Formats: sequence, C-alpha cells, structure tokens
Amino acid sequence: MVDGLVAALIIAALVVAVWCGITALRDKPTDDPHLYGIAVVEVLLLVQVAIVIVRLAQGDRPSELATFLAYLILVPFVLPIGFVLSLIERTRWGSVILGVAALTLAVLVVRLQDLWGTIGG
Amino acid sequence: MVEVRPTNTGPGRVLLSVYGLFAIAATSRAAVQLATKFDEAPVAYVLSAVAAVIYVIATIALARSTPTSRRVALVACSIELAGVLVVGTLSLLDSDLFPDETVWSGYGSGYGFVPLVLPVLGLLWLRRTSP
Repeated sequence: MVDGLVAALIIAALVVAVWCGITALRDKPTDDPHLYGIAVVEVLLLVQVAIVIVRLAQGDRPSELATFLAYLILVPFVLPIGFVLSLIERTRWGSVILGVAALTLAVLVVRLQDLWGTIGG
Repeated sequence: MVEVRPTNTGPGRVLLSVYGLFAIAATSRAAVQLATKFDEAPVAYVLSAVAAVIYVIATIALARSTPTSRRVALVACSIELAGVLVVGTLSLLDSDLFPDETVWSGYGSGYGFVPLVLPVLGLLWLRRTSP
C-alpha cells in the first residue's frame, strides 16, 4: 500500500460520508454531485488496488492472505452498491445508506492497510 | 384498517444495508476461519459461522417483509441480541474460551459495537412497523 494514497483515500471517503450525513440532515436524497464525489474516491481506490495487485504478483505477501484477498475483492463494490441503493431509496435514507457505504469503505481500507502493514510500504 | 408498513423501505433500507454488510462480512470471516485454522479455536469459529447464518437469515427476512418473514426477523434479531450479550460477557470473563475474536466478542468491540446496536435497532424497527 502507498501511505500517501491510503491517507488521501481514507480522508476522501470520510469527506463523502460527512457530506452524505449533511445531505440526510437536510432531508435530501443523493444527487449528481454525490456521484462525482464517490467517483473520485473510487478512482483513488482502484489505483490503490491495482498497485497492490502488482505487488502481490511480484511476490509480496500480507499477513492473513485469504482475508486480505477477500477484502481486496469486495472493497471496489462497496460504493457502487451504496450508490445504487441510494438511487432506489430516493429519500434522506438513501443519503444515509451512501454515507454508511463511504464509512464502511474507510474502515475496510484501514483494515487492508493493517494486514498489508507487516511487509511495509 | 391498520396500515401495514413494510420493513424494507425508508430507514428500514438503511438497516437492511447494514445487515447485508454484516451478513457478507461474517460469512466471509467464518469461511476463512473454518477453512484455514479450525483447530486453533473451534468454539469461536463455529460461533462465527452461527452468527453469520443468523445475519443472513435476518437480512433476507427484513428484505422480504411478509407477515411470516417479520416473525422470522423477530426471532433472528432476538437470538442475535442474546448472542452478542452472552458471548460478549463470556469473552470478557473467560478469554480462553474465545482465543480468537468473533463478531460478538467484547460485545462486538472489534466492529465498533455495531453488532450490539444492530439487533436493538432491528427489534425497534420491527415494533415501529408492526401492523
């Protein structure tokens, strides 16, 4: 994992989560700007995932490889699923769902970082 | 005429999303634990699997929102609440019993106490939407 990128990713995800929280407090559903927001986070995430896949191919191994791979495979789907659900639920609760998804992503990235951390970098 | 409110819209969809997330997380974790290191802590890992099954059942039951599935969800959420309280207490009293963490260890402290809050919200939501 790339430390700077991980930090940017976590901060971006948390910003989106707070933003969705504010949208929900204002009693609004998600809108186009939210889509742009999660697109930015998703791009950062996919760059990070690609880097990790290259490192894995080069022979680096995190602790608990099976768990790490499970997280790695599932993590790109979190925001898209959250966004689709927020499109189905066109109320403030859709915004809450997307916020929870962004929060979940931040937690998963921290977990990935923990597991990867043992081999450094 | 009493309006029957569905369990799977509005706030219920948020609840359902988090249940779905925990169903996936608990199932994956239990699968990894049972497949790779069952001998290390059989009690904890079997319990992880049981917890996973209950999350899956609760998720499906809340999503279906029929009179029958409401009862199923009620049972699942109750078992879940009992499970997190019992396992949480046991894991604090006798850590040897659960050498490796489960979703319910320490009242779900490894998961931000969401496993403790979730069944309570589930039960409140079922009550709120009850016909």
